[in-house]
Amino acid sequence: MRIGIDVGGTNTDAVLMDGPRVVSWYKTPTTPDVSSGIISALEHVLNESQVASQRILGVMIGTTHFTNAVVERKGVIAVAAVRLGLPATEALPPMVDWPADLRDTLGNHTYLAHGGHEFDGREIAPLGEQELAEVAADIRRKGLRSVAITSVFSPVNADMEERAADILRQQAPGLFITLSHEIGRIGLLERENAAIMNACLADLAESIVNSFRAALEGLHIDAPFYISQNDGTLMSADFAEKYPVLTFASGPTNSMRGAAFLSGLQEAMVVDIGGTTSDVGMLTQGFPRESSLAVVIGGVRTNFRMPDVHSFGLGGGSLVRANGAVRVGPDSVGYELTTRGLVFGGDTLTTTDVAVAAGYVDVGEPGRVAGLDKDLVSRTLDVIQQSVDVAVDRMKTSAAALPVILVGGGSILIGRPIQGASEVIKPEHFAVANAIGAAIAQIGGEVDRVCSLENLTRDQALENAKQEAVQKAIDAGADAASVHVVDVDEVPLTYLPSNAMRIRIKAVGDLVLSGRPLGRCG
Amino acid sequence: MRLIYPENLEDIALGAAVLGDGGGGDAYVAKLMGIDALRTHGPVQLVSPDEISDDCLVAASARIGAPTVMVEKLPKGTEVVDAFLALQTFLDRTIDYTAAAAADGLNSTTPFTVAARLGIPMVDVAGMGRACREIQMVIPTIAGIAAAPMAIADEKGNASIIDAMDNRWTNRLARTICIEMGSTAMIAAYPMSGRQLKDSMVWGTITRAEQIGQTIRRARQLHQDPIEAVRAVTGGVELCRGKVTDCSQNEAVLEVRDGQVDTSVPEVILVLDAETAAPVTTEGLRYGSRVVILSIPCDPKRRAFG
Repeated sequence: MRIGIDVGGTNTDAVLMDGPRVVSWYKTPTTPDVSSGIISALEHVLNESQVASQRILGVMIGTTHFTNAVVERKGVIAVAAVRLGLPATEALPPMVDWPADLRDTLGNHTYLAHGGHEFDGREIAPLGEQELAEVAADIRRKGLRSVAITSVFSPVNADMEERAADILRQQAPGLFITLSHEIGRIGLLERENAAIMNACLADLAESIVNSFRAALEGLHIDAPFYISQNDGTLMSADFAEKYPVLTFASGPTNSMRGAAFLSGLQEAMVVDIGGTTSDVGMLTQGFPRESSLAVVIGGVRTNFRMPDVHSFGLGGGSLVRANGAVRVGPDSVGYELTTRGLVFGGDTLTTTDVAVAAGYVDVGEPGRVAGLDKDLVSRTLDVIQQSVDVAVDRMKTSAAALPVILVGGGSILIGRPIQGASEVIKPEHFAVANAIGAAIAQIGGEVDRVCSLENLTRDQALENAKQEAVQKAIDAGADAASVHVVDVDEVPLTYLPSNAMRIRIKAVGDLVLSGRPLGRCG
Repeated sequence: MRLIYPENLEDIALGAAVLGDGGGGDAYVAKLMGIDALRTHGPVQLVSPDEISDDCLVAASARIGAPTVMVEKLPKGTEVVDAFLALQTFLDRTIDYTAAAAADGLNSTTPFTVAARLGIPMVDVAGMGRACREIQMVIPTIAGIAAAPMAIADEKGNASIIDAMDNRWTNRLARTICIEMGSTAMIAAYPMSGRQLKDSMVWGTITRAEQIGQTIRRARQLHQDPIEAVRAVTGGVELCRGKVTDCSQNEAVLEVRDGQVDTSVPEVILVLDAETAAPVTTEGLRYGSRVVILSIPCDPKRRAFG
């Protein structure tokens, strides 16, 4: 059996799964220390199901904690941002386009040194080794513990980032070092931003991952645990400690993957209605369609691969106002719904109250909204329905009708057919789709290397790399039958004497826990 | 004459991206550089063409190369000034003003770096009231003005002068040098007299870009319809409004209605996001996009010479 956990800003959800079957689930408020919320959710699902903790073979955690830390500027540490690219790039130093408050929080320690490569692999300048020795001295003097190193065109040639890391490590031992080529793509500012954000999360990554460990140990669960990444695959806890930034945007990915799993559909639109906002995204082959635009997090531009999600202000706690035309949201009572909503004895008219009055759902005391103006109820439902219709249509890639999967606690607001939907599916356990998405996340194997094409054709080189990536996924715990290649990226490197290219391949498959692959439900 | 401050540059970059109609590459890096130059060196004087003398000397400042390289190998910041000074040295004459080669988001902001760093004024014109793909594809070429002698410079301190037989050759040679320089470089080109500038460049392009950008920004702030605001300020015509149902992605060149050509280039055909009026690039256009298509008249010079 496996456990999926979603640690959100408002709620911590846990779900216990036996193969494809949801055995039990629980939703509880997220606690400031994180671990007590997790413990409480875990205790609940274990007690309810009467499953002994020894029978848990894996725990998968999805968390918005690291994203929120950057957005709220909490728990982040000072970073030395080192860039290799002089004489190029001087016009725009590291963090040039960051919000001033975040830049100040990180201490504004930026360094430029000679180095980097041209697009074709030539050196822009030899690596500034003496400059780096001075950087190391300054880092020691300032007592900085975390460094982000970014070299121009490092996705083509990472050599200078590695050498710079060696120099800094030798002269300032014990540094937490992030290399940009390990987490980003072409686009210097965006990749550097991701590396710096990763570096500023060094302490938090250690403490959060440790609190996950402590929570599991406290409940005598000694199964391996994983943390979900933005591409929908899992990373080991040790890896997450080094690359916390890779958890960014794993939330929407998890809920969409959870929706695909619960509904059994591969091609569909997912509408995830939470307490405050709704996310709408498109599933293709069971995975979220990726965004092609720069994604801004906490005011910082990044080029992460993230799901293409349209968010708007509709949730179960959204305020309903009726001065003339009815307005819904974008503000929400959020986690205070159970005290401020009318059906819970409060004095604020929310979308949940309207859904109760319309008979869509039975929560709280329906009597409290029995006297609600019928016309107001129907007009509010019109507004809600229309906002979902428009969002679904906006995210479609063709005019053809397609299935719509409704998930999230707020999906009780939808009781009518959705325009352009061939069918509307509200699967069982829709409220914890996110934790389920974490529980069923896949495990990947990646190959990233430069191949000489002297004795190989391009096709042979690709084929070899693909097989290697598949084997790596299997070694990491993937079920061999389910592994397939999901990403192939080739960059020709014309500078090498023998024709060469950089190949990056990712293969993923279902995680096997003790010989039992995850089946598909429905 | 008026002064341009960093805030104005935000509006200019947004408005120029609208006029550039999604072409010209990612303007983000150029905008950041222009703003940084203005913050460091103070505001830039923007002068109207009728304020300059017929016998003064002007050269356009621009960037060439692959946009995808520029987002990785960011400029040093001085290349565009080095190119300008190299041209000045070659001509053995002081260049009095700089100007924009085209009106897309990248090229509208690039000359501000030269003007700010050298403390010279910039003329409120551009070689085209929209984006263009190659050096020769501007109105001065139609008017018979040479792009050469042209200077090209990189971040390492290399500079070169190109003195080609016509503007097509200038473009060819510049591209080759540019690749050796690492596929992105800065240029100073089209040295011309004040008289030639007045006759062949599109007047008021920077101000027009700024008005468009400002109009969109204000309309968004006041929650008014930014599309209607753009239409009003450009004197454009709304061709249609709706949802994209099919697209073949290249360039907005022609609008056909019931088999009849309604609008075609050289009019500028704008595809704007129906909600925000943000320009929708040809790559960004896809099924489901809610867009408004506006046509705005091109400069009469384009027709006169064409």
